[in-house]
Amino acid sequence: MTREIAVVAFAQTAHRRTSDELSEVEMLMPVLHEVLERTGLKTADIGFTCSGSSDYLAGRAFSFTLALDGVGAWPPISESHVEMDGAWALYEAWTKLLTGDADTALVYSYGKSSPGPVRDVLTRQLDPYYVAPLWPDPVALAALQAQALIDAGETDEPALAAVAARNRAAASSNSHAQLRGSIPQGDYLVRPLRTGDCPPIGDGAAAVILATGERARELCARPAWIRGIDHRIEAHGLGVRDLTDSPSTRLAAEKAGAFERPVDTAELHAPFTSQEVILRKALRLDDSVTVNPSGGALAAHPIMAAGLIRVGEAAARIHRGESDRALAHATSGPCLQQNLVAVLEGDPR
Amino acid sequence: MPGVLKAPLVVEFPFTRSLGPVQGAFLTGLRERVVLGVRTRDGRTLVPPVEYDPVTAEEIRDLVEVAPTGTVTTWAWNHEPRRGQPLSSPFAWVLVKLDGADTALLHALDVPGPEAVRTGLRVRIRWAEERSGAITDLACFEPYDGEPARPAGHDGEFEDAITGIVAPARLDYTYSPGRAQSAYIGALAGQRTVGERCPKCRKVYVPPRGACPTCGAATHEQVEVGPRGTVTTFCIVNIKAKNLDIEVPYVYAHIALDGADLALHGRIGGIPYDQVRMGLRVEPVWTRGARHPDHYRPTGEPDAHYDSYKELL
Ligand SMILES: [Zn+2]
Repeated sequence: MTREIAVVAFAQTAHRRTSDELSEVEMLMPVLHEVLERTGLKTADIGFTCSGSSDYLAGRAFSFTLALDGVGAWPPISESHVEMDGAWALYEAWTKLLTGDADTALVYSYGKSSPGPVRDVLTRQLDPYYVAPLWPDPVALAALQAQALIDAGETDEPALAAVAARNRAAASSNSHAQLRGSIPQGDYLVRPLRTGDCPPIGDGAAAVILATGERARELCARPAWIRGIDHRIEAHGLGVRDLTDSPSTRLAAEKAGAFERPVDTAELHAPFTSQEVILRKALRLDDSVTVNPSGGALAAHPIMAAGLIRVGEAAARIHRGESDRALAHATSGPCLQQNLVAVLEGDPR
Repeated sequence: MPGVLKAPLVVEFPFTRSLGPVQGAFLTGLRERVVLGVRTRDGRTLVPPVEYDPVTAEEIRDLVEVAPTGTVTTWAWNHEPRRGQPLSSPFAWVLVKLDGADTALLHALDVPGPEAVRTGLRVRIRWAEERSGAITDLACFEPYDGEPARPAGHDGEFEDAITGIVAPARLDYTYSPGRAQSAYIGALAGQRTVGERCPKCRKVYVPPRGACPTCGAATHEQVEVGPRGTVTTFCIVNIKAKNLDIEVPYVYAHIALDGADLALHGRIGGIPYDQVRMGLRVEPVWTRGARHPDHYRPTGEPDAHYDSYKELL
């Protein structure tokens, strides 16, 4: 029998441009303590722990092992790590719970972008033969995608500015967000993308707790049940893909059951305004769906945590009774290379 | 509280990568001013070429020459080039579908301004003067209003094909060790060693990292430890490290400073290497202007009893 698995708690830092007074573990620890306090669990009660981060951000090797100091690994814990956004760590934890090996899981992720030039750092994730030697940064690659979208007649610069304004207006009620309220679109960073079309660079961390069946009901008044979750990837060659579409998102959504019934909320990991246009189309989201009530990645973008935060924000809305069926999306790599979709539901009211 | 420390940190690495038959032929071709694609079973030509069909995952090896002229499929204006990018003056990033290809190649286009670029613009390759078999042998694209160039029909066989590339990378960081370790390093400047006590298990960690690794609790209470301590375990190093001016053999030890619940590392001096033992009592030796003890030497006290440090092994 398939086990029911839910997100029962979520916490995140106040995301900031820099947090250089804190080490990674110092930044992460309050978030870990917060999710544990919400559920009343202690580290020793957690069946499985999985984290997501990248050494390239802070420029130090094996940083995730130092971050484990904040978890408290005694008595010995069952632990794993992905060199990816925490949304993929959540996927690993979900499969672990499905196997029956654990009833609860702690998933966390963090990114300190402030020590390094993140636009240059992220070029190191590109194809090392044909692309990385040219150092095209993520803004440049997203700008190519945005121009393709404009050429296809699917958006224009005013429409992109409206996406930015809507997200950051929504972030006004999100105390964790880095950019809130009315922000000027600014100058071109790489045309056609302006500063306002791009995510803020910042440091932050997030954590969620997953639990199965009755355990979830004990730990949370209204668990956010994961009805489906799937992730897909596209050809790595940018020139092979149709940059105006995201077939991997569509397929992941289909496999996660997103199209079976309408969702009322969608938390999309769209670091660039143009990517929200593409994701809305791939996910068939119309104006009846509340998209990014948190402000999304345009309001706060701690790399490696921003995707997990989408799952956490969607779940938190279900916990609060503001949503009954929500979609969460996470992306990784250039131009929406890899995409994860989760469908979350609350018990009927 | 003293300020949080910061220092420049440069991470530099030359990745040596081997190339397969397809990537090797493509990059060798660039050295010889020949652009090769690879043909899929369904007749598409992929440029740059890959070894496996991105749709079917079938292995593909059928190399075919395409033209050095092509068409821009999308672009982005880069008014502020960053380090390492193909041109140092403002340029357009472009995806270019070369004549004869079905997919597009990412590179730079040299034009004076954004008004000189559009999707559909015809372009041609500008070759680098010195070429070594790398994507940067293609210096950039430039506008071109002539006929499509005709490829000569190269079969992808080269006399001295390259089999690998070295991909250098450099990233510059401003490293900060955070609050706890800054305080530790700050205290060392005054030749004091300061740890932090866990509020839950009361253990004192040195060097402190701001968290108790056992309890996962935040640590704040500073505790001065040492200066004397006990060797808990050690090893004898017989290999001379590069750039390190220490005669071998020497002893590298774990030292539990008095009052600390975690041993730190240090070199033992002032005693023949084969007389170092567990339980040996030691104290730090500072050299002028140093940021940490140069080594630890025997204090002359009787050895510590095993029971007094066995929990710290
Ligand atoms: Zn403790």
